[in-house]
Amino acid sequence: MRTEAAELVFDEATKVYPGRESAAVDHLSLTVPAGEICVLVGPSGGGKTTALKLVNRLIPLTSGDIRIDGTSILEQDVVELRRSIGYVIQQVGLFPHMTVEGNIGTVPRLYRRPRSWIKARSAELLELVGLDPSYAKRFPAQLSGGERQRVGLARALAANPPLMLMDEPFGAIDPIVRARLQDEFLRLQKEIRKTVVFVTHDVDEAIKVGDRIAILREGGRLAQYDTPQQILEHPADEFVAEFVGRDRALKALALRTLGELELSPATEDGLPRLPADTSLRDALALLVAERRNALLVIGADGAPLGVATREDLLA
Amino acid sequence: MTGWRLADGGPVIPNFGHGSECLRDNGWLCTSWVRQHWGDILQPALVQHIELTLIAVGIGFAIAFLLALVGFRWRVFDPPLGAFTDILYTIPSIALYQLLVPVTGLTVTTIEIALVSYTLFVLYRNIVAGLRAVPPEVLESARGMGLTRRQTFLRVELPLAAPAILAGLRVATVATISIATVAAFLIYYGLGGPIFDALGQPDIFRTELLASGGLAILLALSADALLALLQRALTPWSRLR
Repeated sequence: MRTEAAELVFDEATKVYPGRESAAVDHLSLTVPAGEICVLVGPSGGGKTTALKLVNRLIPLTSGDIRIDGTSILEQDVVELRRSIGYVIQQVGLFPHMTVEGNIGTVPRLYRRPRSWIKARSAELLELVGLDPSYAKRFPAQLSGGERQRVGLARALAANPPLMLMDEPFGAIDPIVRARLQDEFLRLQKEIRKTVVFVTHDVDEAIKVGDRIAILREGGRLAQYDTPQQILEHPADEFVAEFVGRDRALKALALRTLGELELSPATEDGLPRLPADTSLRDALALLVAERRNALLVIGADGAPLGVATREDLLA
Repeated sequence: MTGWRLADGGPVIPNFGHGSECLRDNGWLCTSWVRQHWGDILQPALVQHIELTLIAVGIGFAIAFLLALVGFRWRVFDPPLGAFTDILYTIPSIALYQLLVPVTGLTVTTIEIALVSYTLFVLYRNIVAGLRAVPPEVLESARGMGLTRRQTFLRVELPLAAPAILAGLRVATVATISIATVAAFLIYYGLGGPIFDALGQPDIFRTELLASGGLAILLALSADALLALLQRALTPWSRLR
């Protein structure tokens, strides 16, 4: 079992479904550096899910290649390949007849891990995804939607795969729980540093979750592959600009914090105070709401760091 | 028939044994007779009946399971296999015995062949339906995690189909216990033996009818309860939600 994060390379990966003239994924080439989250996003018909399933060969490639740490997926035994890749889907697909622990132990059991190992691993993973260890003995029917998805994530992580494929993992979950799961997933990723391919149709989710975003347009062609910031500030074309939305400037502001600005020394009193980890978007919202032109940025200890003006935020 | 016998001047009160008052009145359940004939009539018939049922359901399950595997794996075979078990089920049992006797004779084998063919219908349908009912996302996650076709079948599809399979087994068992009584039409075997015996008496022998018929009913109820318990024990998850 490999445990390090793996680099993932799509090399002219192409899928044409039998009986179709146009491709679902068209000569897709991109590299996901080890330990990063790559979000595949785009309108329906963009081939996001197809591209994802090409990686674990749930859908066979028509032409081109996909390499994990330099090894072509075509050279590996398909069953071994899948066991070495974490797979999370929107409907979760937990096994209803197995307990949470049984579900998490699925791949370890295939590797003939002893029962005690699985028990310990399951407890560890439950804690990692924010569930009480007492959940181990429950059945999926006794869990809420959000809890099921957490168990799905834990199950995918059980064999410590270097690569995770996540197909709209939070798509079926209500917005409030979804936001929390996204936050926890990002916290988790800081700890475990997997290479992740994450499919979503939600631009905001892509911006929030992705280290890099690949925007696929109809016919499975790559429109742009870049960091969220670059995509928002420099969309490659009309299609990308339209897809990320008219409010892309605001979305870009949401990616940066006050602490990243060059602040001027404090001169006037009575300015609104905001902590340095506030996003520029939230800071701007405050200035607009309070009809002010500047604010005082404070550090974690409450000490003033300097002043940021409206112009500084928008620069 | 009774009327004819009366007109023939036969005994008005048939000789039902050692003339206790209950028997002389042809009472509904004379315990003395039951006690007296438990050992030589009722118990052997009950044991034979259980044997008939176990063998029929056992063999029926084995055949239905193999057929269901074929019908499940290769969809094209499902409609013809389903139709085949349907047709077997629609043949009246007495007619089926008549068809079989020239081949297998007046034997227990003949009875078992008929009983087995009746179990196939419900067992085949339930096994295939149970296997088909596994949610697609469960199958996809199994495939995505690297379970082989065989592992998916043994670890996911089969256990998930278990409630439907056990439900089919319950229906098949209860139905077999009931249909097996008709087997005595052919030879004196099982609880049908004393039932036909009682019905064949000039004045229906109520105690024998009720005792042997009642045993058949009790047997069916116990088998059903036993299988229900088995279902609970084997599939604790299926009662959730």
